[in-house]
Amino acid sequence: MNMIQALNSALDVMLGRDDDVLIFGEDVGYFGGVFRVTEGLQTKYGLKRCFDAPLTEGGIIGSAIGMGAYGLRPVPEIQFADYILPAYDQLVSEAARLRYRSNGEFWAPITVRTPYGGGIFGGQTHSQSPEAIFAHVTGLKTVIPSNPYDAKGLLIASIESNDPVVFLEPKRLYNGPFYGRPDEELKTWANSGDPFAEVPLGHYEVPLGQAAILREGRGATVLAYGTMVHVAKAGIDDSGVDAELIDLRSIVPLDIDTIVRSVKKTGRCVILHEASRFGGFGGELSALVQERCFDHLRAPIARVCGYDMPYPHAFEWDYFPGPIRLAEALKSAVEYR
Amino acid sequence: MTDTPVTGSTPLSGSDAAPPAVARPNLPRLELHIPEPPTRPGEDVDFTHVNRGKAGAVRRPDIAEHESNMRDLPYELIRVLDDDHKAVGPWDPRLAPDTLIKGLRAMMLTRAFDDRLFRAHRQGKTSFYMKSTGEEAIAAAQSLALDKGDMFFPTYRAAAWLHARNYPLTTMCNQIFSNAEDPLAGKQLPILMSARDYDFYSISGNLGVRFVHAVGWAMASAYKNDTKISLAYVGDGTTAEGDFHEAMTFAAAYRAPTILCVTNNQYAISSFAGFAAPERLPFAAKALAYGFPGIKVDGNDFLAVWGATQWAAERARTNNGPTLIEFYTYRAEGHSTSDDPSRYRPKDEANHWPLGDPVDRLKDHLIALGAWDEDQHAALADELKEKVRVAVKEAEAIGTLGQSKPPIDEMFEDVFEDLDWRLKEQRARLHQRRDARTGEGSN
Repeated sequence: MNMIQALNSALDVMLGRDDDVLIFGEDVGYFGGVFRVTEGLQTKYGLKRCFDAPLTEGGIIGSAIGMGAYGLRPVPEIQFADYILPAYDQLVSEAARLRYRSNGEFWAPITVRTPYGGGIFGGQTHSQSPEAIFAHVTGLKTVIPSNPYDAKGLLIASIESNDPVVFLEPKRLYNGPFYGRPDEELKTWANSGDPFAEVPLGHYEVPLGQAAILREGRGATVLAYGTMVHVAKAGIDDSGVDAELIDLRSIVPLDIDTIVRSVKKTGRCVILHEASRFGGFGGELSALVQERCFDHLRAPIARVCGYDMPYPHAFEWDYFPGPIRLAEALKSAVEYR
Repeated sequence: MTDTPVTGSTPLSGSDAAPPAVARPNLPRLELHIPEPPTRPGEDVDFTHVNRGKAGAVRRPDIAEHESNMRDLPYELIRVLDDDHKAVGPWDPRLAPDTLIKGLRAMMLTRAFDDRLFRAHRQGKTSFYMKSTGEEAIAAAQSLALDKGDMFFPTYRAAAWLHARNYPLTTMCNQIFSNAEDPLAGKQLPILMSARDYDFYSISGNLGVRFVHAVGWAMASAYKNDTKISLAYVGDGTTAEGDFHEAMTFAAAYRAPTILCVTNNQYAISSFAGFAAPERLPFAAKALAYGFPGIKVDGNDFLAVWGATQWAAERARTNNGPTLIEFYTYRAEGHSTSDDPSRYRPKDEANHWPLGDPVDRLKDHLIALGAWDEDQHAALADELKEKVRVAVKEAEAIGTLGQSKPPIDEMFEDVFEDLDWRLKEQRARLHQRRDARTGEGSN
């Protein structure tokens, strides 16, 4: 399966298992979504299980919270993560805090699916990576898959979680892995040889809060998620460094133990994300590693990130943190002193 | 480049050149309109813009009536109690005197509680309080009119809902004092209650957001083929928030079984309602643009509130969709304990409000019915005052703000369903610091 089919399969499985699961958002019903993630679900499950919504992100998330408080498990979609901001108040002030402020009387187990990330010439408002602004919100979980197998398993786990989840889908990876080399011929998931393109048809979960070690190594630890996981593979190959690659999979809850174990082993850490650098999630990762692995660090923690600017259109590949920049950072890390 | 002076008569080259960026001397200058209330401190009260209409005069359409035939309604004021304290017209819910007395009691209890807890704030027993003086009829009537299981999405000025359903007064005081027995475990500001067993949804400080939740909740009830409906408030000021529009749009699109209410008490802190809508436009009329009925109701008339709520509830329960109700009322006291209304409106404005006081009006009606008298009224007032006094004393014995606290571990609970490693670590560190000191504080 490609990632779109894997996500579609997760929604299909959950709609089939649990009558309290329902899907809505802009263009998700009859049309099947602008990225086809909800294709066929309205036909299969009926209008009220998967339906279209007015163009109001605040309304979509706000009503989903009300449904969640009633006892449903809504899976609303925001068409692009760039457009989630009108719903930010609902997510921060309400979804994330409802359980806390009511001392457990009310909660909203919603899963907000939204395509994110660049590398597609999406310009300023179809490319952003807003994970850091959700990671900072206590009470929200933030999840980012990097392959079809995880996408399905993490989405099922998110829908089954009783906490609100922001589920960011790397749209650059919908159809195939992307290694950050725009001139290279693109692979589909089917011909990529990636073992995680094999997706079981039925129900399974990838638990939230568990990172995956995708490449074992002793020279340095690379922390990445989403599209950057594949860029990291390419960058590690380019660098010649025997790096350990960790796909975080969940931003919140974060699998701190896997990260710390790895950095204590390698003594070096390079963090890779597409989002702009200042205040990005890499800052938190860096601080955590520094606090917990200080005596084991043999080089400064490095961050390879987007630049501190809106996502530019014409300069896509100048902005995008690709394998060359990662390889440079890895080499610097191992050559440090 | 030629040094051409920029003037109104600068010649333009070519037909597609931009027009000159200068004011046109032959047109009137634009002026920015800033709404101003009719009166300010030191001026005479002026409520001439309030058109009370005539009690009993507004028609009551069938609940299945098409919205297009009800577009006159928001411009009329639905009233049941006339100036002789009689219940008149089609919106009279014809309640038994016992029910009316229950409503009167709920309103009087709300007022007694407000007065006592406002003083408790002045005595430093809590950090904050908000009264609902003058608006007690709205939440009291709706609390009694709706069914157990219907969900209320309140604002912070709707405690009468809980008082009408006999929410334990001591528990409410405990919340206001944030003491060891606080039902919200010290996590929330005073009066931002949550009471699921009383169908009272968790209040937050953010205005308007829960208006949308009410619509989603109602959609969920319809999705499950349930029979429950939802009820939600925003104040006049909050209708300006985007959430109001979002809720109205969703309610209309999915014909959600909900009653959306604007409690128009004329003020949003110091700003008069004219900032949220043009002065002569009823908030109820906003419903017309969304395609469902809006009605404007005398919010100080317990019977009108009840009758209107019954009508809207029947519409919702029979899949006729949402209703917007504007409750026309007056915020008789300050916005909160942190507010001084004499700084922005005439001091005695409340006494001149043309729709009077909700408690007095229901009392007078019951007396006119022969079901009540002044002695009974005074006795009930005393009884409720005493009941509140006892409850406050009980809560004070547990502790007032800062004198008593819920167990510290509660602070870490319910961020998520389960504590994650961050919270466990932070809780452990906090305990280490506390153990290392003798005092309470650990920060």
